[in-house]
Amino acid sequence: MSLWNKHAIFEKNPILLLIGVLIVISIGGLVEIAPLFYLKSTIEKVEGVRPYTPLELAGRNIYVREGCYNCHSQMIRALRDEVERYGHYSLAAESMYDHPFQWGSKRNGPDLARVGNKYSDDWHRRHLVNPRAVVAGSIMPAYSWLAKNDVDLAHIDQHMKVLAMEGVPYTPEMIEKASADAKAQGTDDDPGAADFMKRYPKAQARAYGEDKGRLTEADALIAYLQQLGTQVDFKLYDGKANLR
Amino acid sequence: MSVTSHEHEVDAATGTATTGHEWDGIRELNTPLPKWWLYIFYATIVWSLGYWVVYPAIPLASSFTKGVINYSSRAEVTAEVAQLTSARAPMVAQLAKASFDEIQKDTKLLTFARAQGKAAFGDNCAPCHGAGGGGSKAFPNLADDDWLWGTGTLDDIQTTLTHGIRSTDPQTRQGNMPAFGDGVLKPAEISAVADYVRSLTVLDVDKTADLKLGQKIYVENCAACHGEDARGNHDLGSPNLSDQIWLYGSDKATIVEGITKGRGGMMPNWGERLDAGTIKALAVYVRTIGGAR
Repeated sequence: MSLWNKHAIFEKNPILLLIGVLIVISIGGLVEIAPLFYLKSTIEKVEGVRPYTPLELAGRNIYVREGCYNCHSQMIRALRDEVERYGHYSLAAESMYDHPFQWGSKRNGPDLARVGNKYSDDWHRRHLVNPRAVVAGSIMPAYSWLAKNDVDLAHIDQHMKVLAMEGVPYTPEMIEKASADAKAQGTDDDPGAADFMKRYPKAQARAYGEDKGRLTEADALIAYLQQLGTQVDFKLYDGKANLR
Repeated sequence: MSVTSHEHEVDAATGTATTGHEWDGIRELNTPLPKWWLYIFYATIVWSLGYWVVYPAIPLASSFTKGVINYSSRAEVTAEVAQLTSARAPMVAQLAKASFDEIQKDTKLLTFARAQGKAAFGDNCAPCHGAGGGGSKAFPNLADDDWLWGTGTLDDIQTTLTHGIRSTDPQTRQGNMPAFGDGVLKPAEISAVADYVRSLTVLDVDKTADLKLGQKIYVENCAACHGEDARGNHDLGSPNLSDQIWLYGSDKATIVEGITKGRGGMMPNWGERLDAGTIKALAVYVRTIGGAR
């Protein structure tokens, strides 16, 4: 029996085959995955990226719940047409606090990686209620119930706690004040606004909805959408130093 | 099953070797892989070796092999965008320098500005103002000659585009329709002034409407911004109430809602997102689809 025919040993012995498969896969994993954790060039540090505020996080949960990622990507690829249309290509660090990331792989709708501040809150409100009201020919479904439901903030602090375990730098204070911060961000002239801004510098605090007395799911989702892609100041980003 | 050692035993019917196993008298043919398939498979292995040499591939202790062509997707897109920018550069520079008067006199420059403006409009403005600039409820029609802010001159449009309306820009256009329902006017008074405003544009008004009271309230509360003659004020963005153009709707319920809760649409300050040349091109394009006073 030549060496070439030794595969018969594996084929006739399932345990040996299993061990062999595991060894081969671990080599592939070691070569392809492990270097990403130690190669400096794969770990890009970027100024400005901050953890999501409680209200944005609640909005992000709605984004995930409604499956927005099925039709909208959040990943501007390094291709000319994409950069021309959507803006600077996405950096990995921009989704460093995303668990899980929302890059997506399908674009029935446009990419949303830099949709923040591109349209007004009012536009988003009307668009969520009925996309055809503002974009004729849109095939996006209506999400009219989002403006009717109050956003559920009962467990947002626990969500932050779990994210903190995964490495998102939420302080105990941020977690403790989670639901108060959500209200402060989504309400005009809230007494807690100053404290909120101290905890989340450069966050956008304002009434996202028309109904000033309450915070709806639509408010939270719009708060999330309006910050997408706005955290990194690309006027200060050195593209040449970060070629890869 | 019997494990046998008669490998390469040839099956009499097909002339093909068997695997050497036998299950209850049944033996399995060891049909060789088609040659064309096998050679393509070997070719892909050779191709991958070439790939390792040409492209970034193998991780090392503190770096990785860069490949002989030194490929980088970021460098590639940067070069492509730079090429695009330099191809447009002469016209863009001309556009950035030229005054609106000069743009309108120079046919080539005007054509360029309109083309660039149209592309930028489609991506940035059309979601609110509509693909043809026709607008929709709460988002002004840009294809007519009725303007909320300024009188539709290129400079006015440029200012609005750059600084936005009720945006975060310190120089934003600012002006609010207050919520008169917040203790300023009673519901009956709001109803009366809504009827009065509708009567200005000859819309049907209920016969029982108290137009006298409506006019009195109008003069006291509304005339400061919308004008005694209800023709609005282009500096405050207060709309003309004496024409047939309605941003939110002309039915009474909509007007009552506006007076009660106030209005104030927001337009982003595009100066932060787009460069000055693009904004100029957009102003030219918007001026093309609409008209100035």
